[in-house]
Amino acid sequence: MHQFLFIVFAVFCAGGAINLLVQRKTINSALSLIVVMGSLAMIYLLLGAEFVAVVQVIIYAGAIMVLYIFVIMLLNAGDEEASKGSNVAKYFGIPGLFIGGIIGIGVLLKHRPNDTPLKLGALYGPADQVGMLLFTKYLLAFEVTSVLVLIAIMGAVVLARRSDS
Amino acid sequence: MSALTFLIVALIKIAITLGVLLTVVAYTVWLERKVVGRMQNRWGPSRVGPFGLLQPLADGIKFLLKEDLTPPYVEKNIYLLAPGLALIMALTSIALVPIGPVIHLFGISTPVQITGVVDAAGQPSDINVGLLIVLGITSLGVYGIALAGWSSNSKYSLLGSLRASAQMVSYEVSLGLSLVGVLLMSSTLSLSGIVHAQQSTWFGVIPQWFLFRGQFVAFFIYMIAAFAETNRIPFDLPEAETELVAGYHTEYSAMKFAMFFMAEYANMVTVACIASVMFLGGWTGPTISFLPLAVQAFLPLVWFTAKIFFFLFLYIWIRGTLPRFRYDQLMAFGWKFLFPLALANVIVTAFFVAWRA
Repeated sequence: MHQFLFIVFAVFCAGGAINLLVQRKTINSALSLIVVMGSLAMIYLLLGAEFVAVVQVIIYAGAIMVLYIFVIMLLNAGDEEASKGSNVAKYFGIPGLFIGGIIGIGVLLKHRPNDTPLKLGALYGPADQVGMLLFTKYLLAFEVTSVLVLIAIMGAVVLARRSDS
Repeated sequence: MSALTFLIVALIKIAITLGVLLTVVAYTVWLERKVVGRMQNRWGPSRVGPFGLLQPLADGIKFLLKEDLTPPYVEKNIYLLAPGLALIMALTSIALVPIGPVIHLFGISTPVQITGVVDAAGQPSDINVGLLIVLGITSLGVYGIALAGWSSNSKYSLLGSLRASAQMVSYEVSLGLSLVGVLLMSSTLSLSGIVHAQQSTWFGVIPQWFLFRGQFVAFFIYMIAAFAETNRIPFDLPEAETELVAGYHTEYSAMKFAMFFMAEYANMVTVACIASVMFLGGWTGPTISFLPLAVQAFLPLVWFTAKIFFFLFLYIWIRGTLPRFRYDQLMAFGWKFLFPLALANVIVTAFFVAWRA
């Protein structure tokens, strides 16, 4: 059952990601991205990380993507024109993808995870355990991220403020 | 409980809950027309059946038989997807709401809650991030409205759905924060756990609902934000008929319009359910010991229904009382008043809980 669900949502996820790149209409790309986010949330849920799964839906699908759609609606963005491809992608992207893939496969082969599937709740699933980890083991990362978010908010305020001239 | 019994019980619960929910939705429309009518010194629906009680049925037939128009200039796929999305999201979240305690029927015990199960000790338990799932489903409900407005290719629809998505995203922040105080006090995210935390009473009379345990500011923030979330007067700017014809559903007719309509009322019911679970103790209430046991078993459902009815009546009452906000007032109120107030409530509650611990 687990494996079946994983395959279903993995296919959804990869399919959505490909559709995101292929679609010409901006709104369809945005909707595909929502599918990707949703299926990622389901994969988190299959791993037993229920809190992370729900937060993924609330933050990404429910808030960030709504803003994307909002902007697309505001700008009334139409079809995208297909470009002839960029030189940066040609000379750095493809070799980068190749090298990154080799490194990734190498790491996976070296630290091969054991084949026993995870049980629901085997990871740090519930909210209290996630909170405990955030405020003890990963406190520094948590605080640094919060400073980053604060800077982003201040940047938004500066950009949005009316000039007093 | 075997897998098959579990499946059958779950299906029965889903069928009953959905049936009741749709009936409640239909009769909330009737109640609204009736109550607003009386508030404006007229009769409201009175021709179809006694007291106009068959009016929802007549409306349903009308919606089904009307010409189902699809304008030629719409983005067809998304245009057809949007009403379904809105309705599905509105109907799904009721699955998480604990409607009553554990019932024992035909040798099977199960809580009156679709996602609830009975654990080995006979205690009801449900998904331990239940509240977050409700919030997640609510936040996905924006898509129905946003896509409806965009795909209609009409300026009124577009303006209506722009307003709706901005409004819902803004007020969701205050709505979520207003619930944090309750979560701090109950120290669980499971909705049945939150009901359980409010079961005891002071002096055997006053229920220990979170509303009476200092969360009244949060309760008012929640109610205001909930009115904005469900696009109800005084925050019904997405469908302000004086400016926008009918807002995001201008281009929809027949059953597709009815789906938006049902979604709005189903959302009202869900919001009322969450309010009563979070602040008014859900299905808890005084036990009346002189009644026969068979009647007493139904008391929790009666209390829950009474609380939902109170909230639905409040919606209608306010609709008959208040005029509509202006859009900039709505945004300023949400971000400059409600949001800081909700934050302050979280901080005060956190200090209070830490001091008591």
